[in-house]
Order: sequence, then C-alpha cells, then structure tokens
Amino acid sequence: MTKTPLVLRVNGRDITVTPGTTVAAALALSGLTATRTSVNGEPRSAVCGMGICQECRVHVDGRVRLGCQTLCAPGMVVESMP
Amino acid sequence: MSASIKSAPLVATLDSCEVLIVGAGPAGLSAAKAAASGGARVIVLDDNPAEGGQIWRRGAHADLPASAIALQQAVRACDAIRIVNSAKVVGILDAQTLLVETPEGALKVRWQKLIVCTGARERLLPFPGWTLPGVSGAGGLQALIKGGMPVQGQRVVVAGSGPLLFAVAATARKAGAKVLMVAEQASLARLTAFARKLPLWPSKLLQAVQLRDASYRTSSVVWSVQGQGRVQQVTLKQGNRMTTLECDRVAVGYGLVPNTGLAEALGCTLHLQDGVSAVTVNTQQQTTVPHIYAAGECTGVGGCERAQAQGSIAGYCAIGELGKARKQEKDRAYWSAFAVHANSAFVLDEELKSLPDAATLVCRCEDVSHGALLGHTNWTEAKIHTRCGMGACQGKVCGTAAQFLYGWQMPEARLPFTPARVGTLACAGGAPPDTNRVEP
Amino acid sequence: MLTGAMPSPDVIVVGAGIIGAACAHALARAGQQVLVIDSGVGGATHAGMGHLVVMDDNPAEMALSQYSVEAWRRMAADMPTDCAFHACGTLWIAANAEEMAGAEEKQVRLAQQGVECALLNAAQLTQAEPGLRSGLAGGLLVPGDGTVYAPNATRWLLGRLPDKVTVQRGMVARIDGDSVVLADGSTRSAPKLLLATGMQATELVPGLPLRAKKGHLVITDRYPGAITHQLVELGYISSAHHSEGPSVAFNVQPRPTGQLLIGSSRQFDTLDRSVEPEMLAQMLQRAMGYLPGVAHLNAIRSWTGFRPATPDSLPILDRHPTNPHLWLAVGHEGLGVTTATGTADLMAALMTGHTPPLDPGHFALARFDAVVGGAL
Repeated sequence: MTKTPLVLRVNGRDITVTPGTTVAAALALSGLTATRTSVNGEPRSAVCGMGICQECRVHVDGRVRLGCQTLCAPGMVVESMP
Repeated sequence: MSASIKSAPLVATLDSCEVLIVGAGPAGLSAAKAAASGGARVIVLDDNPAEGGQIWRRGAHADLPASAIALQQAVRACDAIRIVNSAKVVGILDAQTLLVETPEGALKVRWQKLIVCTGARERLLPFPGWTLPGVSGAGGLQALIKGGMPVQGQRVVVAGSGPLLFAVAATARKAGAKVLMVAEQASLARLTAFARKLPLWPSKLLQAVQLRDASYRTSSVVWSVQGQGRVQQVTLKQGNRMTTLECDRVAVGYGLVPNTGLAEALGCTLHLQDGVSAVTVNTQQQTTVPHIYAAGECTGVGGCERAQAQGSIAGYCAIGELGKARKQEKDRAYWSAFAVHANSAFVLDEELKSLPDAATLVCRCEDVSHGALLGHTNWTEAKIHTRCGMGACQGKVCGTAAQFLYGWQMPEARLPFTPARVGTLACAGGAPPDTNRVEP
Repeated sequence: MLTGAMPSPDVIVVGAGIIGAACAHALARAGQQVLVIDSGVGGATHAGMGHLVVMDDNPAEMALSQYSVEAWRRMAADMPTDCAFHACGTLWIAANAEEMAGAEEKQVRLAQQGVECALLNAAQLTQAEPGLRSGLAGGLLVPGDGTVYAPNATRWLLGRLPDKVTVQRGMVARIDGDSVVLADGSTRSAPKLLLATGMQATELVPGLPLRAKKGHLVITDRYPGAITHQLVELGYISSAHHSEGPSVAFNVQPRPTGQLLIGSSRQFDTLDRSVEPEMLAQMLQRAMGYLPGVAHLNAIRSWTGFRPATPDSLPILDRHPTNPHLWLAVGHEGLGVTTATGTADLMAALMTGHTPPLDPGHFALARFDAVVGGAL
C-alpha cells in the first residue's frame, strides 16, 4: 500500500489523508463532529464502524455509501447528508 | 433524481466457483486457504474494502500480528482464490446462487460448497445520550481508529463488557487518546474467576498482562452521556456510586452477537447460545443444509483463534480432506474451552435493561423511543405501528437491543440483506434487464 | 381498546384490518355497540401500498372509489401524523399515443363524475415529474388522490369511539347463526355479525369466490423530493385485471418520509409468502423503465402481500344468503384501503336499515354463481 497522501474533496474543501483512511475518518479530519441529521433533526455520526448501523451514510461521488466501509480515493467527492 | 450520477451497469456479471466463502475475517481466510489447498476454485466475498474482518481490520493505523499478515498474504498469493472486496451479499437467487453488490455493480455467484463466515456484530444498548456524536461502539471505535479516525488528545471512556474492551483501550491509547476509564459491567468476582483460569491459555494470559489497564473498573456501567451536539460528559454508575467525567468520546459495547441472517435465510438451523442465535454446526462445521458450512463467530462468539481452527476445518471438509480437517480439532477444542470460559464471565447484568428511560431512542434510524415501544408485545407489531426497524439498518441495531430489553424474537431476514441499489435487485432475474418501454 | 367489561354487543366484526376497522367505526357512529375480534394474523392491510385512488374501470368501482376517496379526504384533518395521510395526487402516465388516447377518455369519465383532473402533455409531464424518462407522451393528473399508512389508520379508527368499540384478540373458528365460536371453544353472540377477514374469509364461509393475488413491494431509503406524485402507468388497468399469468406494472409512491414505495406485481393462486427474486427483478426493471434514476437509489426492504380478488374485482358487500345474522365485506383486491370508507358507510347503512349512500346492487353476492356454505 502506497504511503503517498491523497487529496479528496469533503463538503467543498480539499482534505489530505493517508491511503487506507476511510471516508468516515476523512469527515472527522475535515472538522465535522456530525455527519448526518436524524429524522428528528438531531446530529449523528458513525457508531459501529462496521457497516451495520448506517449512521455514517454520506454521498460519495453522487451515490449514498457508508463512510466507514469506503476508502478515500484521489479526487473523490464527499458530501455529508443534509 | 440526478441523471448525472455515474451509472453502475444494469446487467449482473456472473461468476462461479467450487467453494464460495462469505467473509474474509480469521475464519473466512483460514477456510479459503484450506479449501484452495487442493486447487479448487475459491471465491471469497467480504463487505469491507480489505480482508481481515473486524479483529484483523487493516487501515492507516492498524497493527496486525505476524500470523494474520502471513495468512492474508498466502490467500492473496493463491491463484485459485478470487477475493471480492466491498462485496455485500444482497439475496439468495436459488439453492446455489447468491446475488452480490459491489460499488461497481451486481454479481451473481454460483457455488457448489458454501462456507458462511459472517462473523459477529457488537451489541449496542441504548442509554440516555447514546445518540450523541462521539458515542460509538467499543469495537466500533477500534474499527474507526484503524480507519484513520483522529483521536489524538481526546479523552475517551471505554465501556460495556468483554475482553474486547482491553484491546480497544490499547488501540485508543496508541492513537494518542487519553483513556480515562475502562468500565466493565461484570463484577470483580466474575473477572477474578475469569483471570484465575487464564493460565490454561498462556497466550491469553500474556495478552491480558500486556493489555492490563490501571483505569479498569468492574461493576461499572455508562449510565448516561450529556453534551450539546456532541459528547461532553459521561455519567457512570459504579456499584452504588455515580461519577461524572468530562470527556470527548464514549466507546461502549456490550459483547458480540453472531451475524446469522444469511445462514438463516439459506435455511440453516440456528440455536440459542448465551441469549442470542448462533448457526448450528457439527464437528465438520456443516450446517443443517447440505453443502453449506459455517465457521467463526457466526457459529457462536468464540474468539479469533477458534475462528481460524473452525475455518480450516470447514475449508478442508468442503473439499473432502477430512484427515487434514481432523488435525485442527485439537486447536478448535482448546479455543472452544476458552470461549465458554470467557462467555460465562461476561454475562450481561439485568440492570442494563433499565438503562434507557422513556425518551431514550431505541431505533436510531427512525427515532423511535423506548417509551413508544413499551406498549407493544412483539417486534413485528411494534415495527408496523412505530416504524422501529423500518430504517436503513433494517433492525440490526434496534432489533438486537429489543431482543435484550424486551425479549423480542427477530424474524428471518429477506432480501435485500443489506441496503442495495434498486439496479442490483433488478438484476436478480434470469433475463437481462430491459430499460426500454415494454409493450403492454 | 382491549377487552374489559362491556355491554352485550349489537354487532360482532370479525377482522380488524382496514375494512373491519372502518366498518366498526361507521357502525359505532350509527349508535351500535361493536365488538371486533381479530386473530392477529394480519393480512393485506399490513402489506399494501395504502393508496387512495379513484379507479374508473367500471361505474360501480368509480362510484365506490370516488365516494371513498372524498370520505378519506374529509377525515384527513382528524388523523394523527402517524397515519401519514399524504395528498400527493396520482399521475397516470401515457407512454405512447395509444395510452394518451386512453388518458383523454379517462379524463372525460372522471370529469363527468366531478373528479378534478387535468391532462398533461409531454412537456408538462416532465415539469410535474422531472425524474420520468424522456419520450413519454403525457399523463393525467388527479390531484385529489393520495396515500395513507393503513396499519395506523386502522388503529386510529378502532380507537376513535372507545365507548362503542371494543377489540379482542381471538381466532374465530366457526360461525354459527348469531354466534362466532373461537378456537378456544368460547363463543360470542350478537344480533349481527360482519365478516371482514379478507382472504381468510373462505375458511369461515366456504365457497366465497375469492382468489389470492400475490403482490411484491420494495421500499427505498429516504430520498425526499425524488418524486412528488404517486405514479401509475396507464397499462396498469389492462395488466391488473385481465391477465392470468404473473405480471408487473409501474406504480411508485412517494411516502411522506421521502422513501419511494415501488410496486406492483400480480400472481394468482400462490400462498407462498416469500419474496421471489425473479418477480422483484421484473417489477424493478419496469420501474426503471419509467424512472431511470431509481436504479441508483438504495432499496432497504421488500415484502409480499395477498389481495383477495373476486371474479369481477368488485368487493362482496352483502348479507349472507342463508344466515340472516351474517354480513360480508370482503374481496376488495387492491382497493381495500381506498374503498374502506365507502364500504363502511354502505355496510353500516345496510345493517342498520338506513338508505345506503351507494347502490349496493353491484356488490351483491348473487352476481356470482357461487354456492357458499358455512355460517348456518
């Protein structure tokens, strides 16, 4: 696995991460404590880390993906859910 | 709906193999190595971006034992084994075909022998404040840290139950977090009984000594978490004392629950073990369905070493190498005994059922509270009327909690076993999809 | 809502699905003391789409559905949020010139009956629903239609008049004159009995001409704004009622949650509840043919249900031919939720000797050559 840092776009900002970093981590690295809003408007973020709880859902290149199970890739566009 | 989304192709690709293995954790990787040892064509499906499952999760901050790395490399190097990462099993198309989704598209896999190694998930129990950002599972935090989650300088309380808590605390510290406390709900008496027999498993004793933690407290439970939009304080109940600590993260998990959904949907018999369902297997790791085997945590929580032994046995038995399988039985028995011992120590206290108050959410996806659920008598009725379990997690989190809190049995899973694109399900049929107008 | 001491009932309603609940409520409003007995097994009410749609296949269906949808709209303001009444309207979609001609005829029929509707050309259709594929001919918008979450509407109806409606859990094994005999051997009696058990009615009244029509449904995760109206292809009518083999049709509903509920499929004469991947695939392909973007949405759940269908697709709303105590309200096929209100008002009127709001002749059992047994 290469160690060259890569750059992806998170909520409109360029974020630099090490390869092997998940999108969930990238969101936190970009300064977000909450990555999703619950149906009643409460802030939420990743809980189970293993693709079960669905709290880390985000838009990755236009499609809904689980942040904890998606590795950052160069040029990836990530938008947290409204 | 945006028309500019990059499209996944609308036809499933087809693949077939002699041995299909679902899950690339310790059990699945061991099974793959054994099954391919005679040259059989093996496919391994795993829903994470890289092999390893939970305990051997790779990532920017992972630190794997040499044996784990060696096994993964051996599996990768083997030409007879095809590993499909980020692959989620979505449905069962017929007795020998699974429908799988990857980020790239849909896949139909035909198999002759199937080995289910779907592992276990963490039991997340509700308590006031558990939905605040900064609260995660204990294994959940470990997984997130291995994926690069920054915890440098953060004050963390690790809590819940099980030997996993030690490893989580160690991972957190290594990543620069300040672990304020490791709060184990089991009593000192249970932990002492557990520790007393550890010399029977010297490597576990060594692990325990290496991971020992001055901040470890028994009979300690996270009672509530407070904060404005994120974790700021945690209140712990320790015996009869309540303590409140300022902190940034609370990582709390109450043991592991076997992932039996796929096996059950395949028709495999399950049995109750330590209060939860596990896949029933015989000495050859066969389930009650012909040609289907199971190994690892999905057959009952038993730890990584037992999973490897079970996986090897399953893999060898699947290709008819019963002699080679038998050689692993001593290991399996040794680690099975440890599993029984560990599970008995970390039984969950009934007190945990009174953690949630009426306003505490039980269903996180649909924001359904404990109070709203109390009036119902079973899962299906509660779901129909309150929406509990109708969200994206498909009841995997709230259903596990409801089983513990209310004794509700969960129904069998239906396709899709995990959220999957409509386009993937549209590939489930025999004929290729026709997106043109079909004449009436 | 559960059993307690109650005065002896005037009516026993068997079945607490949407039909039983609506009828119990209407009977209670007419002054009757109602005991509802439900087995807990559940049927189409729990599984269906909950659409409220004016259907004009024939005059009887038109009259019943128009009356009923108007009644639902009047009730909407009183329904709690969890009944999820959603006045989303229906957009009937014409894929080609032939279907557009059908839309025009439909517009005339609906307008004649006073149902508000408007024809849309291709450009207007795209504006109304940008997610639809290009190349469609147009459509017919019926803004008064909507959707409701039937399981909670059922619960609400049962609980609205608690002094008059009591609900008990019990499995009715047999009907005997003015009594129902439960599986535990106990009996309940009332001068009038109403059977509203959907498909299970044939167990209590053998010979009722009901056939199970299996349907599949898929629901997605939340995508607010993906579609605005419930969308139905105009081919729905022909495939729904005339084919014998398995068939699918395009029918997608926006839930108030922002989820898309995707149907529809039809299969006769199977009681296998399992989700069939082949049927699902065909149904979803059909949906993708109209809404290409739906392919990228995540589906989170699939399930099946059984519509109780009569030979002419109209319900049986009538007295039993030989047991004067027993009334029947069964066989609503895919319009159970829509026509629950009209069914209820009709049954309440018939059973209490008042003038029914609709001509009951179309729904009489005698229109079939059926010889029904049981219930003596």
